[in-house]
Amino acid sequence: MDILIFILKIVIPPVLVLNFIPLMIWFERKGSAYIQERRGPNRAHILGIRLGGIIHNFADVIKLITKEDIIPANVNRLYFIGAPLIAIFVGIVTIAVVPLADSVQIGEKLVHIQVADLNVGILYVFAISSLGVYSVLLAGWSSNNKYSLLGGLRAASQMVSYELALGLTVVGLFMLAESASVSEIVRHQGPHVLHWNFVQQPLAFIIFWIAVFAETNRTPFDLPEGESEIVAGYHTEYSSMKFALFFMAEYAHMVVAAALITALFFGGWQVPFLTTLDLKTQAPFYLYVTVLTVSFIALFFGLLLLSQFKKGKYRDARDYEVLVFGIPLFLLALAGGGSAIFTGPWALPEWGRVLFAALVQATSFGIKMTFFAFFFIWIRWTLPRFRYDQVMNFGWKGMLPLALLNIVVTGVVLLWKGNHHG
Amino acid sequence: MNNPYLAIFCLFLFALLLGVGFVIISHFIGQKRPSTAKMMPYECGIDPLGAPRAEFSVKFFLVAMIFIVFDVEVAFLFPWAVLFKGFMKAGLGGFVFAEMMIFMGILLMGLIYVYGKKALKWE
Repeated sequence: MDILIFILKIVIPPVLVLNFIPLMIWFERKGSAYIQERRGPNRAHILGIRLGGIIHNFADVIKLITKEDIIPANVNRLYFIGAPLIAIFVGIVTIAVVPLADSVQIGEKLVHIQVADLNVGILYVFAISSLGVYSVLLAGWSSNNKYSLLGGLRAASQMVSYELALGLTVVGLFMLAESASVSEIVRHQGPHVLHWNFVQQPLAFIIFWIAVFAETNRTPFDLPEGESEIVAGYHTEYSSMKFALFFMAEYAHMVVAAALITALFFGGWQVPFLTTLDLKTQAPFYLYVTVLTVSFIALFFGLLLLSQFKKGKYRDARDYEVLVFGIPLFLLALAGGGSAIFTGPWALPEWGRVLFAALVQATSFGIKMTFFAFFFIWIRWTLPRFRYDQVMNFGWKGMLPLALLNIVVTGVVLLWKGNHHG
Repeated sequence: MNNPYLAIFCLFLFALLLGVGFVIISHFIGQKRPSTAKMMPYECGIDPLGAPRAEFSVKFFLVAMIFIVFDVEVAFLFPWAVLFKGFMKAGLGGFVFAEMMIFMGILLMGLIYVYGKKALKWE
């Protein structure tokens, strides 16, 4: 039993991050397409089933694996191969300290729903994420290419500049929560929305959010890969799966960044206005409501899809595409709604209540995190790119003093409160 | 099993194996047809001119050095921030806060000196 929990704890968080990557790529392609009033990818298919472009991700994986793996002459082979490995390593490993739900009591053991509940939580995140600088610097230098070198240097100095602001903003959170552990910070925020850190520490939230964009090299801070100036930056010379690793790492960084924003500023797994105890004691009622709501939504979308069915529209397998999701959704709605109505609110055993509470909290975390992950893409297709001097000036003369100011203000407010409210 | 760092270590292994596995698979599946032109550094189709590892602006180096100074400051702030409320409960809040303000003030002077020297001015 112990071994099983241990293995599940190690495997589930990284697998979640890895499964988010295709979703993010789909968001990026379809999202950008609709923002620019295009249709986006819709050609790749399996037996005629296209699923609105999701199949393109599988096609990409097969394409990238079978491509020729070019290692140019005169590159430093060790660093050239090592750099993408560091990138994906950083992307996957950082998720370890982010809790997905409240700790669960199994028998006599308290199980944390995260890889490891470290008391130095955020320090671990910073320690690992700053290794990402090595990846871009080594890739840029070892490629033996001018564009790569410039891209690597740009990325490295941009990442270290914004890391300072990032590190200073979380000091305010430490002062409030009296702990550096991510799960402690989440627990300290409580279920009340107005006690979440984006209300308590608004300046820190905005600075953290902007700095995270710079750390993940996303637009408007994507100068390291500014394709109009330096081709593709530090991964100009990379091909095949090594390029794919950089690509995956970029999306993994975004997913982890979204998870961190959620955990630090938006209450993590906290369900608005409901504590873990509420969820556990009232579990039958909430389960009943959830099942009914989900069934209703499934019925709506199932019927919407089924109503689109028209034989002879394309005269091939595409005619039946709407049925792939339509029929299962309709059946799900019938099964869920029917069992809820006829067998009524169910009396749940103790483990059922615990499991339900954990699942609801994980869903709450997932919804918030998906929103912030989508936000990265939204920003990318909305804002233009900075100039390099603007990036550096903004980091050193805007973000850094403001982050220091945030610490001073937090300290003064805490002292004032301490003196006036006992 | 109870040591959290054991789980972290296993996660490290998992992440490394994943990356190495991908690279090895593509190394064996992908075709290999190298040619002289393919092995040349990418330079938009023309032959590369001069050494690729050319000299670069010293500003990048300066940024890295200034970063080290301020990163150490951040590292000093972390334990102070975690213990701040504890000191307040013990009635030492004002004193500890003033101490940290002096420390941050000295570093702020350093930052102003860096601005004044135009070390962070990019053209």
